[in-house]
Amino acid sequence: MLLNALLLALREIRRNLMRAFLTVLGIVIGVAAVITMVTVGQGATDAVTAQVASLGSNLIIVRPGAAIGMPQGGVARFKMSDAAALADRVTNIESVAPVTNRSVSIVYQQKNWTTSVIGTTPEYFPIANREIASGRAFNTGDVRSGRAVCTIGNTVRKELFGNEDPVGAKLRVNTMACEVIGVLATKGQSSFGMDQDDTIILPITTLQRRLAGRQGTQQVGQIYVSGKDGVDGDVLVAEIGAVMRELRNLAANESDDFSVMDTRQIAQALSSTTRVMTSLLGAVAGVSLLVGGIGIMNIMLVSVTERTREIGIRLAIGALPREVLWQFLVEAVTLSSLGGLIGVLLALLASAGMASAMNVPFNFDASINLIAFGFAAAVGVVFGFMPARRAAQLDPIEALRHE
Amino acid sequence: MSTPGVAPEPLFRLCGITKTYGQGEARFQALRGIDLEIPRGQFVAVMGPSGSGKSTLMNILGCLDTPTTGEYIFDGEHVERFNSIQRSLLRRHHHGFIFQGFNLLARTSALENVELPLLYRGMPRKERDALAAEALAAVGLEGKFRNTPAELSGGQQQRVAIARAIVTNPLVLFADEPTGNLDTQTSEDVMALITRLNTERGITVLMVTHETDIAAHAQRIVRVKDGLIDADSLPPGGA
Repeated sequence: MLLNALLLALREIRRNLMRAFLTVLGIVIGVAAVITMVTVGQGATDAVTAQVASLGSNLIIVRPGAAIGMPQGGVARFKMSDAAALADRVTNIESVAPVTNRSVSIVYQQKNWTTSVIGTTPEYFPIANREIASGRAFNTGDVRSGRAVCTIGNTVRKELFGNEDPVGAKLRVNTMACEVIGVLATKGQSSFGMDQDDTIILPITTLQRRLAGRQGTQQVGQIYVSGKDGVDGDVLVAEIGAVMRELRNLAANESDDFSVMDTRQIAQALSSTTRVMTSLLGAVAGVSLLVGGIGIMNIMLVSVTERTREIGIRLAIGALPREVLWQFLVEAVTLSSLGGLIGVLLALLASAGMASAMNVPFNFDASINLIAFGFAAAVGVVFGFMPARRAAQLDPIEALRHE
Repeated sequence: MSTPGVAPEPLFRLCGITKTYGQGEARFQALRGIDLEIPRGQFVAVMGPSGSGKSTLMNILGCLDTPTTGEYIFDGEHVERFNSIQRSLLRRHHHGFIFQGFNLLARTSALENVELPLLYRGMPRKERDALAAEALAAVGLEGKFRNTPAELSGGQQQRVAIARAIVTNPLVLFADEPTGNLDTQTSEDVMALITRLNTERGITVLMVTHETDIAAHAQRIVRVKDGLIDADSLPPGGA
């Protein structure tokens, strides 16, 4: 009986291809939208998590100024001694690296390039999860003597050196001649869209003395801290905060003029934000799937009225009401399932396209595809049932008289 | 009354069939006590003015409708007690229907139209195709298997309908004004076909018509008026 109903349904769909296509358009779009939104959203969540993780393992960043991301001009900068004091006094700290950033232009032979320079100490490399691809990182001796040596990011290497080996070459950073001693391993874009390979890293003392001008001596932009394994991030943040207040001579009634950010917390916050966005977008798309289902019910109801006579014929020649019910129900489910299938295929293209356009990984998730497809089929059952029952309940005599 | 045991059991036997529609003020008695026997293989025309109850009678005979009171025995079974599923199955297995408006499925080939009753019998495709082709050939429509109703003339459409009605090899063929939409010549052809099916295959034919010359093809004419049998050219007992 089911096989028969399927055959009849397919015949009916074949007879009205255009109408069938328009009927399922809503389902197609709904399914495609749900899958695309969720797939791309999950890709974005993964990307954010991976990128924040790539900042460094349990990295804590201490910055001057209370507001995240906007240090105010009047706020006192950190000093080199602050970093040392933190390392001394907070026992849960694994290591500390003072960091200062600057925008510089670098020149090698005829080529020049504007990039950001990071001045820091050798501890920075493990804390920020930066590895050396070739050559070496600078050492404590280089920092102490303020040597003009640097490690360069891969983007800088490509722009200035092409296929040449940069290790040992001399380049000019603003007015300072500087020897390349190493190339950093590629890290890609940060979660904020910055190219983390478009940078050079050199000893902080070199930057302070030779690039930052007169006022730059001793100044530190941020302090990077990594905690010991197994230390709770919140505890560490609190301990660092307490020591920093002392170092900066803050009275009890003064609020912090620095901020302590735990990147793991940022990662969690960011990924939960993207997750919420994903579910919101998915829900909106789900509503369109529901609307698609109502479209199917609408067409099926019209179809039952339009085909009243046909139903009368079927009943007259001996079709059972339940066979008519099955025919219409199977027709609705077949339509919605076909729509779902087309939607899944469309979503595959759309999410792959969007993922590459938005630069997030494309993670094919079978479960959301199955769920969306199953939901489309279920929509067919739910919204197909009413028209089907109406068809089955027709009186054959009345139906045959119907014009 | 026929004498049980001597004459063979008739295919149809109606005893005191009444049919009432509506309730209270709107109450309308379409049939007011019909007694009728039709033996196997007979070609009967039912005539009567509109509103006479002939359509109601045909609907009850064709098991599309149930009588309000009375007994209806078809092929030895008390059909008046059947529920709608039993009636559907009876129609499926023993009845064939043709209508004034042909009632073919639109945008569906002649072959698929004829196959339809076999589909509901759950017959496999090959058998279905073979029987449907055979039925279409029997009504003279070889070479029109793939045509849809829109591509066929009225006479051809009615032939497809007849093929659909006889493809299951039914005991009885119900024809409701089968020539009502056809011109004279085509009507004659269709009637010749129905007559041939009656004589060659022994299919009992029950035909409603209001045209005397069409009714003349039948062996027996039953006239219905005001819900009662008004005249019967071959009254019960005379079969």
